[in-house]
Amino acid sequence: MHRIVLPDIKNLQEIDVYLANQGYYGARLAFQKSPDDIIEIVKKSGLRGRGGAAFLTGLKWSFMPKVTSKPKYLCVNGDESEPGSFKDRQIFEFNPHQLIEGILITCYAIGAQTAYIYIRGEYHKWIKPVQKAIDEAYNNGFIGSRMKETFGTQFSCDIFIHKGAGAYICGEESSLMNSIEGQRAYPRVKPPFPAQNGLWGNPTTINNVETITNVPPIIKNGSEWFSSIGEPKHPGTLLFGVSGHVNKPGVYELPTGTLLTDIIEKYAGGVINAKRIKCIIPGGTSMPPLKGDSIEGLKMDAESLRAAGSAIGTGGIIVMDEDTDLVKVLARMTKFYYHESCGQCTPCREGTGWMLKILKRILDGKGTKSDLDLLISIANNIDGNTVCALGEAAAWPVKFTIARFRDEFENRVNESIQIPVNNKVHSMRKTKNPIDNIEIR
Amino acid sequence: MEFKFSEENLQKIASVQKNYPDKRSSIMPVLYIAQEQNGWISHEVMAEVAHLLEITESEVYGVVTFYTMYHKKQVGKFHLQVCTNVSCMLRGGYDIWNKIKDKYNLEDGGVTQDGKLSLEEVECMGSCGTAPMIAINEDYFENLTPEKVIEIIDSLK
Repeated sequence: MHRIVLPDIKNLQEIDVYLANQGYYGARLAFQKSPDDIIEIVKKSGLRGRGGAAFLTGLKWSFMPKVTSKPKYLCVNGDESEPGSFKDRQIFEFNPHQLIEGILITCYAIGAQTAYIYIRGEYHKWIKPVQKAIDEAYNNGFIGSRMKETFGTQFSCDIFIHKGAGAYICGEESSLMNSIEGQRAYPRVKPPFPAQNGLWGNPTTINNVETITNVPPIIKNGSEWFSSIGEPKHPGTLLFGVSGHVNKPGVYELPTGTLLTDIIEKYAGGVINAKRIKCIIPGGTSMPPLKGDSIEGLKMDAESLRAAGSAIGTGGIIVMDEDTDLVKVLARMTKFYYHESCGQCTPCREGTGWMLKILKRILDGKGTKSDLDLLISIANNIDGNTVCALGEAAAWPVKFTIARFRDEFENRVNESIQIPVNNKVHSMRKTKNPIDNIEIR
Repeated sequence: MEFKFSEENLQKIASVQKNYPDKRSSIMPVLYIAQEQNGWISHEVMAEVAHLLEITESEVYGVVTFYTMYHKKQVGKFHLQVCTNVSCMLRGGYDIWNKIKDKYNLEDGGVTQDGKLSLEEVECMGSCGTAPMIAINEDYFENLTPEKVIEIIDSLK
């Protein structure tokens, strides 16, 4: 079994251990090649972004202007705020040097002399090992002005951590840049794209932490090695974070194309009390949920999930068993998007609040059948009408959960105020009045 | 009450400003340093940050109010942040939320009279695989039950 991002090596976060395992050898190799060669290798490897959009990494790098009088920047996106996603913190904790090495190679390829690692503010515990690794790398001459002696190259770069302060929207690349600039993190209208006009108006590339961590092994082992792992159109491994009603939740690094049922049964220990799966979200809450009985034979890669009517997202798999109250789940998800909407675009700012109010009404047992169509109508009016993808992220769960589990929603609106006993969420059993928990603030 | 950065913190600020090409961009780390010193971001803190970074107070206010981790009012010595997002909710996040609310008589955003505890319902903290969780100040506590949570909170000193 291939483990590229989180190899099974004890104490790999220690620089000595990392060096003993060919650490910074990929950077050494890279600096002997031309930046264009590096971009070509990564293009050929087929590496796709791990932050949600699965865009071709090499192609993204090639958008950076070759000749410019402006400084160029790399932003590494470790905002990791997508509900159900908890993979990057594993890299921060267990393999930070490979991330740093990947940053060096990427900066060399795109010609950036400064990189910012954006880490969400709540991750105090995980910022420390990354800062420690950066300090060690500086002390060893792997980052900064001493790179010229260490690697015998003319190239050098600096790496800084920028700590977020609690805003989901900062995972959106243009918000992330505004946040580094010290602004309110409103997404920017595109075009211009970051490669032309990014951080402080300069050419900028933004990549996910996991994406960048894949780069050193690709340089060391070649593009063919990488592209032969997993699904050819979306090669490599993914860090699948499994949560919800499974016996062994956690992060599992597996080749793309691994069966979803295998991830749940073989790795995550199966569903608690061997219950049936009612609903499963394959890639973080922003991705359309799937029916539990529709996942047989479903492979986990970008193409297969698109064909199944969802998306790979961040690989955050949330499993919900047969007793789960999906109205409550959808209300909770909508509350999240309502809270996290930055407020810039009217459809998202207002629409998320309206959807939450209606869902709360349904939860209260006061919903009507027309509420379901009203919800879908609002979602449709958000979808595609906002500056950034948070609009879709808020609209899709509403549209697809209602479409795919219409019966459950219709039953609810047809019922009186009482919630049937067999329809309660596991977590709500002991609460006095669970509906009060979903309040609009 | 007037706010001035300590000498030590002014040095920290000078150091962190080297990471950015202009002063204004250092506002987020500067606000964290201010919050560490003052406990929360008061209007006086904002005024001092604005003065230091040579920007307007309203710009500072704009940034402070955008991000949830800058405290706009005083929090307790121990700030309890309970995640109730989907993955935690499926594993009993609301049981923990309700237990804390009941036991310490706290509402969302509330502070106990002795100033020891404050409570906040937070969005996904990236602990979905170790749900349910709470964070106390900067530390995560994971794989919890309502009983364990109370034990942890009662042991805080």
